[in-house]
Amino acid sequence: MSVLLEARHVGKCFGGIQALQDVSLTINVGEIYGLIGPNGAGKTTFFNVLTGLYPKDSGAILLKGSPLPLGSPHLVAEAGIARTFQNIRLFANMTALENVMVGRHARTRASVIGAVLHDRRTRAEESAIEQRAIQLLHYVGIADRANDLARHLPYGDQRRLEIARALATEPALLALDEPAAGMNATETAALRTLIDGIRVDGITVLLIEHDVKLVMGLCDRVAVLDYGEKIAEDIPERVQSNPKVIEAYLGGGIG
Amino acid sequence: MNALLGTSNPRLARGGALLLAVALVLLPLLVGSGFGNAWVRVLDFALLYIMLALGLNIVVGYAGLLDLGYVAFYAVGAYVYAILSSPHLANIPAIAALFPLGLHLPMWLVLPLGAIIAGVFGVLLGAPTLRLRGDYLAIVTLGFGEIIRIFLNNLNRPVNITNGPQGITQIDPIRIGGVSLAKTQDVLGIAVPSLYLYYYLFVILAMLVVFVSMRLENSRIGRAWVAIREDEVAAKACGINTRNIKLLAFAMGATFGGVSGGLFAGFQEFVSPESFQLIDSIMILCMVVLGGMGHIPGVILGALLLTVLPEIFRQGAAPLQVALFGKVVLDPESLRMLMFGVALVAVMLYRPAGLWPSPTRQRELGEMRGNVP
Repeated sequence: MSVLLEARHVGKCFGGIQALQDVSLTINVGEIYGLIGPNGAGKTTFFNVLTGLYPKDSGAILLKGSPLPLGSPHLVAEAGIARTFQNIRLFANMTALENVMVGRHARTRASVIGAVLHDRRTRAEESAIEQRAIQLLHYVGIADRANDLARHLPYGDQRRLEIARALATEPALLALDEPAAGMNATETAALRTLIDGIRVDGITVLLIEHDVKLVMGLCDRVAVLDYGEKIAEDIPERVQSNPKVIEAYLGGGIG
Repeated sequence: MNALLGTSNPRLARGGALLLAVALVLLPLLVGSGFGNAWVRVLDFALLYIMLALGLNIVVGYAGLLDLGYVAFYAVGAYVYAILSSPHLANIPAIAALFPLGLHLPMWLVLPLGAIIAGVFGVLLGAPTLRLRGDYLAIVTLGFGEIIRIFLNNLNRPVNITNGPQGITQIDPIRIGGVSLAKTQDVLGIAVPSLYLYYYLFVILAMLVVFVSMRLENSRIGRAWVAIREDEVAAKACGINTRNIKLLAFAMGATFGGVSGGLFAGFQEFVSPESFQLIDSIMILCMVVLGGMGHIPGVILGALLLTVLPEIFRQGAAPLQVALFGKVVLDPESLRMLMFGVALVAVMLYRPAGLWPSPTRQRELGEMRGNVP
């Protein structure tokens, strides 16, 4: 099994708060890797550092063996990491289709001149963008809402649209920040099928999730963060019974 | 054109385009014979403002970057034309030695040059403001607009480049193939006055600007602009280089302003810093906002209304008051501004998206049905 992403001793602090401390983890090609931890444990901070939204203070992150470009999210996206956001960030006043089409930006080339002249290459590229976007909407199961504005979609569909938009960037690693937040049991089950399918189609998934049942059922391996430090990394069954994890979640020393 | 007319039926669109073309050709004749040539002049200005408003629409409407100094690019375009196409530069001895009559470069050289220089100024404004949004950006752009105007006012010493507050006079009128648009010309045996000639030139260029705007809107670049407007962080995560795409928006918007400014200089044959004040930036912004931000037909409507309606007021208010009350009660000029203010407040209250906002993508809905089973 080959390594896709390797984080080495990543640290990040905001003022006096050490949000991430010496976090090292490796994600293998083709796995679904879970990242869990109590609120404020640094999961989202790790995501933001990983995707270049925050500069990291120390450590290194390597994708397929080469270091990720620093501090520029669009280069990280180009390198092959796509993400969704904990509090959904869609382009609210664009249609679902256009949202996914924007996701093709990094993989297409048309310039101003191409756009104005609308030459054959631009036309071909434009129709390829649209076809791919429609495919992806079908893939996540919201093709019938293609022409609705993103803000008019129901909550669960918005989550799916965000995943479709992330997939449009052709990522090697798809990072999902609490995709099941606010979903009911049926929606969560459907999401689980979707994420499983994404993995089958060859995309590695990094999953932050509060829904422990979902994480334990879906992930191949799970890492647990607490106060910015990794306290466990293992297969779900063993993580569940890890005393440090139980203490972090339930608080230790009762009775 | 289909998009502009809001139809996807090609035959209907062709018919509509033909109708529009005939209307645009006949419009100045009807206006001129019905209301007098002063109104053809108003039409000429309306077309210049349409180009300006469409340029600002790229920055404000698509990319969502509030620009309160847009008239600066109009000024840059106008002064490039004025300096390079008038006797003015002959006042500088070094240049007078080579060109005793000043530079008189032809329009096809000066207009693109003005557009490019305005575009460079667009990037100059954009670069330091990349991290700013909303009100903060508005303040910086406002300052930029004022800086340009103050420079134009004071660049007459030590070397007289702009001729200061007096402005530059005797600018060459626009010539196409040696034919001056400033004189009545004989076209196929019909004598066409200057105002009409300019009208037809401006119509063609305005259509070109509309065309470029539409092509950009429905492209990868246009989508990236809107994505930045909607959510910059998400746009970055989608692989959009927000820095470059924003600079591109500033540059494109400024380019349109530069073209428009060059035409203005050739049309007026006179420019001075007076024409490029903060209130002009605000007017152009009002055209975009009033008409419908990010929607080309709306922006055109906004520009038309805000150039034509004030003129109607200016000319109609006094006679109307005399007819009603027997004397002029309110000065037409202040009445004009009052009505303008009332109209703005009313539109923002009752139609916050503008008079003609972009339809909720009805057009694409029709086209897409075939593709999605």
